[in-house]
Amino acid sequence: MNKVREYIKHNMRQYTMIIALVVIMVLFQWLTDGILLKPRNVSKLIYQNSYILILAIGMLLCILTGGNIDLSVGSVVALVSAMSGLLATTLALPVWLSIIIGLIVGLLAGMLQGLMIAYVKVPAFIVTLGGMLVFRGVNNLILKGMTIGLPKQYVTIAAGVVPDFIGGEASELNLTALAVGALFSVVYIAAVLYGRGKKKSRGYEVSSFLVTILKIAVIIAVINVFTYWLALDNGIPIILVILLVLIGIYTFITTKTIPGRHLYALGGNAKAAELSGIKTKQVLFIAYANMGLLSAVAGIVFAGRLNAATPTAGMGFELDAIASCFIGGASATGGVGTIIGAVIGGFIMGILNNGMSIMGVETFWQDIAKGLVLLAAVAFDVYSKSKSKSK
Amino acid sequence: MSEYILEMKNITKEFPGVKALDQVSFKVRKGEIHALVGENGAGKSTLMNVLSGIYPLGTYDGDILYHGKECKFKNIRESEKEGIAIIHQELALSPYMTIAENIFLGNERAKSGVINWDETSEKAKELINLVGLNEKHTAVIRDIGVGKQQLVEISKALSKDVELLILDEPTAALNDEDSDNLLELLKTLNKEQGISCIIISHKINEVTKVADEITVIRDGQTIVTLDNKKEDVSEARIIKGMVGRDLVDRFPKHVSKIGEVGFEIKDWVVHDPLDEDRVVIDHVNMNVRKGEIVGLAGLMGAGRTELAMSVFGKAYGKKISGGLVKDGEAINLHNVHQAIKHGLAYVTEDRKTAGLVLIDDIKRNITMANLEEISKNLIVNEDEEIGVGEEYRKKLNIKSSSVNQIAGNLSGGNQQKVVLSKWIFTSPDVLILDEPTRGIDVGAKYEIYTIINKLADEGKCVIVISSELQEILGVADRVYIMNEGKIVGEVDKNEATQEGIMSCIIQSTAK
Repeated sequence: MNKVREYIKHNMRQYTMIIALVVIMVLFQWLTDGILLKPRNVSKLIYQNSYILILAIGMLLCILTGGNIDLSVGSVVALVSAMSGLLATTLALPVWLSIIIGLIVGLLAGMLQGLMIAYVKVPAFIVTLGGMLVFRGVNNLILKGMTIGLPKQYVTIAAGVVPDFIGGEASELNLTALAVGALFSVVYIAAVLYGRGKKKSRGYEVSSFLVTILKIAVIIAVINVFTYWLALDNGIPIILVILLVLIGIYTFITTKTIPGRHLYALGGNAKAAELSGIKTKQVLFIAYANMGLLSAVAGIVFAGRLNAATPTAGMGFELDAIASCFIGGASATGGVGTIIGAVIGGFIMGILNNGMSIMGVETFWQDIAKGLVLLAAVAFDVYSKSKSKSK
Repeated sequence: MSEYILEMKNITKEFPGVKALDQVSFKVRKGEIHALVGENGAGKSTLMNVLSGIYPLGTYDGDILYHGKECKFKNIRESEKEGIAIIHQELALSPYMTIAENIFLGNERAKSGVINWDETSEKAKELINLVGLNEKHTAVIRDIGVGKQQLVEISKALSKDVELLILDEPTAALNDEDSDNLLELLKTLNKEQGISCIIISHKINEVTKVADEITVIRDGQTIVTLDNKKEDVSEARIIKGMVGRDLVDRFPKHVSKIGEVGFEIKDWVVHDPLDEDRVVIDHVNMNVRKGEIVGLAGLMGAGRTELAMSVFGKAYGKKISGGLVKDGEAINLHNVHQAIKHGLAYVTEDRKTAGLVLIDDIKRNITMANLEEISKNLIVNEDEEIGVGEEYRKKLNIKSSSVNQIAGNLSGGNQQKVVLSKWIFTSPDVLILDEPTRGIDVGAKYEIYTIINKLADEGKCVIVISSELQEILGVADRVYIMNEGKIVGEVDKNEATQEGIMSCIIQSTAK
């Protein structure tokens, strides 16, 4: 038991996030008389927050470089949804082409801002503030104040589910979902045990077996309950697949690759990074170009969700994305933060939104609550960091 | 008692691991100009910081008597109220504000928080005239030269009704003309206003011109106080006081195996990035042989760090010209990445701000400059990284609980070892070490000297930049002496002495 406690103490900061998430889930489960965690609502949570999470992933990379944010993401979301929608409807281009062009537009927007921030050295805050206004303006220019309807493929991406290959249309339980859950569990167990075995054979320290087993047990439970819930509802949302793929890719990049290391080094100490041969300008540029791309993805998804491209699309998204990152433990000075953390932060905010909606709380209370949670999360983060520094 | 405006008695100040001041006694007579001289790190600035209240009462031992009264300063404002003003080497002026605003910054002519601009302008104009500053009171600090900025600082001190003016290296950043003017001004203020001055300086020729008394500090102790009025104190006498100490076994024994020339810097010229017309490195020529440890001596501000950083992939400076030759081939280094690829390594002067990512652990800091070595297809092999971390932890004897320990929690000496590991891991051919043992205790210093010797024995070209003459003499095979951006001397280990090097520097300063 001692080893477990020691393990938890060491990784307190990461677990604080998860604990907070669990607490909020339990709290709202109680406040909403159990509606929050009903299968239908769990699906709804995913649909409602997917695009914010996609933005949070990109935003985290920007914040890692040194506390730099991107205020233009909401406007890029709007711009891309408008542009893509227009191409698909008015110009009747094939959907896949419209989507690709939309992604390119987002990427270009990000690259433009990245150029100004990394090479011309204008502060990110100002560049993206300008971007926010300009892209929103262009969006309005394109739409001319109207709202466009979109082809159904967009809706499928945003609101559709993976068809049940195993069970078929008629089955009550989406068996594909269950199967996926089981598959994930097996892969996870194998990966953890393999990695542990390799480390042990090299003579490096590993966490105790008891801790490992407990960790596996908890995660397996969560995965399977989750997939079972999805199975009960309608199956696995396509957007969830997209989300998981993105989370997987970006977590891998940030934790296991050289570009990821360069990102953290730049945020940790820009001068040291530069003098260690890291091309800091390039890293910064790529972070913002990437943000543009992910904003475009979010734009496509959001448009599909609304089944329309509107002039007011994306307003306020940047704040939700930024808040998710900071609630998830990112540091305002850079160099600290994880993709998983940002996702958890996003979920916390999502549950807040969703829970309060179910309860019928007016929107302004929701804003107040979101603001307070953000302040509390960051204050706690600063506090726990100062405690560990004093050693 | 009344002839001394200031008496500092038995001042002792300690920092963790270092005794900066050791029973220092220092007296200044009323109305005199008293010079405080010593090497870098001797304790001059520390002593003045104790006096002015920057190191408040309680952080030092000993007594300070001002006008015969005991002083218990808790901060600068208290010492300023008594009439003690200190002008630091780094001028404390706000660059975007005007001269008048700066003169009264923190000391505004105001009533109930509302500034009286008329009074401010009038008083500023008076002071500007007094110090002979040829500018309007509305001129912005950023637009006037350093010499004039210095005069603004003096005006600032005068506005506080100063009785004892302390100047820390006042002419360090000035050209000859401005220096002369400043010294003349000090003499005038001294004679006409009766202001007592303490000048901290290493420019001995200036000091002998202007000072009434000269006190020499070395290693935190007062060595001697010389009366400049009675007999003309010679520079040689001062230098001996500043530098003379025994070379005990602080350095590991080392026999160098020197080969052919491995690295050359030819006709290197670098301009200031903030002022492209100002030449910072002036036609420097240097070479290092394989297996040789070359020392680069000089005082702070001589341009050694700028030289190193500009050579290291143009990490500093604009309008850089000149050539670099490595192993007989001319190389062009446009950025740090290229420099590293060509086998250069630069261990920065300040490990905390430019050498380490303090929030990262030891192993990640060690691999930072050469991630490709432990990666395949851009994917980092974390197991290999642990291996590398452990390897260097053992090789350099880095004291830590594990390679996962955060770098920021290590002691100075161990942090420096991590930085050294990082660079050794890049398998360099040329290593430039900038103040490698700064802020490190004697034991760790010895370990680092051993590491340096080992690197040389592996056939690498090693350049050691240090402001501690003793260190250079203990470690280097050959010494280049640098001053004001130029190489002013080159001497072999056998012929090098501390006095010799100091004289070389001082002579090259006096024009």
